[in-house]
Amino acid sequence: MKVERVPDEGMNGESTSIDQVRVDKIRADFPILSLQVSGKPLVYLDNAASSQMPQPVIDRIVRYQTQEHSNIHRAVHYLSELATKEFEVARVKVQNFLNAKESREIIFTRGTTEAINLVMHGYGRAFIGKGDEIILSGLEHHANIVPWQMLAEEKGAVLRVIPMNDHGELLIDQFEELFNAKTKFLALSHVSNALGTINPVKQMVAFAHKHGVPVLLDGAQAAPHQMLDVQELDCDFYAFSGHKMCGPTGIGVLYGKAQLLEKMQPYQGGGDMILSVTFEKTTYNVIPAKFEAGTPPIMAAIALGAAIDYLQGIGLGNIEAYEHELLEYATSRVSAIPGVKIIGTARKKAAVLSFEIQGVHPHDVGTILNADGIAIRTGHHCAQPVMQRFHVPATARASFAFYNTKQEIDKLVDGIRRVQEMFS
Amino acid sequence: MTDMRQLYQEVILDHNRKPRNYGAIPDANRHADGHNPLCGDHIKLSMNVLEDKIDAIAFEGHGCAICKASASMMTGAVKGKSVQDAETMVEEFRGMATGTLDPESADHHLGKLKIFAGVKDLPSRVKCAILPWHTLHAALNSEASISTEGEADPVSDHA
Repeated sequence: MKVERVPDEGMNGESTSIDQVRVDKIRADFPILSLQVSGKPLVYLDNAASSQMPQPVIDRIVRYQTQEHSNIHRAVHYLSELATKEFEVARVKVQNFLNAKESREIIFTRGTTEAINLVMHGYGRAFIGKGDEIILSGLEHHANIVPWQMLAEEKGAVLRVIPMNDHGELLIDQFEELFNAKTKFLALSHVSNALGTINPVKQMVAFAHKHGVPVLLDGAQAAPHQMLDVQELDCDFYAFSGHKMCGPTGIGVLYGKAQLLEKMQPYQGGGDMILSVTFEKTTYNVIPAKFEAGTPPIMAAIALGAAIDYLQGIGLGNIEAYEHELLEYATSRVSAIPGVKIIGTARKKAAVLSFEIQGVHPHDVGTILNADGIAIRTGHHCAQPVMQRFHVPATARASFAFYNTKQEIDKLVDGIRRVQEMFS
Repeated sequence: MTDMRQLYQEVILDHNRKPRNYGAIPDANRHADGHNPLCGDHIKLSMNVLEDKIDAIAFEGHGCAICKASASMMTGAVKGKSVQDAETMVEEFRGMATGTLDPESADHHLGKLKIFAGVKDLPSRVKCAILPWHTLHAALNSEASISTEGEADPVSDHA
């Protein structure tokens, strides 16, 4: 299906950038943001782990469950046809969100992790063999390391890792030197979850393609925060999760170029992914059905479509600009506190602030901030190689969304000071 | 537990800053490594058990304040105790941290260690406080290493 891309609201000429007035209106859309935690107003700064859900998405879920639910792609009755239509409308919304060429290039998965595993099984196990090389970056989340490690062990393939500098930026010269005749795949995060680094993926994809190497981008941390265009990036695969972009858990997306998806082997077998089955031979369905065995998370897919509508209503360009403003503010305020070190200082960063308070373990930081209602993530962020690179067992990480405010960052700064006082 | 001062008392912060019995016992006859892969806490325990008594004990490693203070105070509390008495304290500490033993009403041998009772209200931190005690249990039973995850999980196994 070919559709016109929905214009980003912020591109209509009208000034709709996010300011104090608009952010107050946006916050009113999120019921959970008015929660009290430990008797204090919730300050939710753990958006890189999971974002919160606005009322229009909650309403869409309620409408689906109360008026539209049935199984899809099966029966001829009213509800089944309605649910099927809404599910496929959601697919077109994702296509539009990514600017993919065709809606059949959009596969619904459980999340980013399943999308990457699908590519590992469907492409990797079919086309990567003994002695072949797979390039990853040192910034990857475990979800973009472990599947490739499993493949390498099974096939006798080799993983090569792109190193980074002390700012958390990949070393592009060394990346280019990793390529040789055995290189068969590049799996790369668009944005680092632990440090916030935005990788120069367009340039890296172009280089990989010069060597005929297909590229998967892990977009879990990029999708909710900026305009995406998979045709412009020219990546072969793009994976992301619904729950990090105001949608529910249990839904994710794998975008893949049609000609690659067509030559891949199925990931899971079952209903919906077949054209015909006998005990002698099964004929697989066409894409995307070939990769959607069994009843999919129908409600979650439709809710993801509603989340995309919501984000596009605010404007991804506005979101990106406002979150950048929050990051700059947080970086200047937190780095001005003596004894606090920011880990991840790339020139191009998403709104993620990983930090270390001298002499205080991140878990103590997290527990003490929680008593002030402040939610941050502490730990290794499922990126242990990044922690090893920076010689820390864990970090504290504040990650911002378009519904956060500078006042909340001020509360974070006050909280960090209280932690320091307690441990002084 | 909204007032963090109830948990992060001066005595815990002091043991975190200046852990007691820190290091390794040369020629120790019991060792164990305790590890919490979720947060990277790591405790290495070494001791000498002579005639059924903990004659010497020391720990090293890294972790959060709760874990380090728990290890530091534990080593002081069990030094000189019989193996049986130390095992009793392991049980009691575990009960207190998981909320099955109320140190204010039940009989116990934990003494000053009862300041850790507050972790029972912080489920994500219970393992930090218990890790040293499970490492002690492993060392007394000649298990080389324990982890807070999987089969050896001290909380889900017993709570």
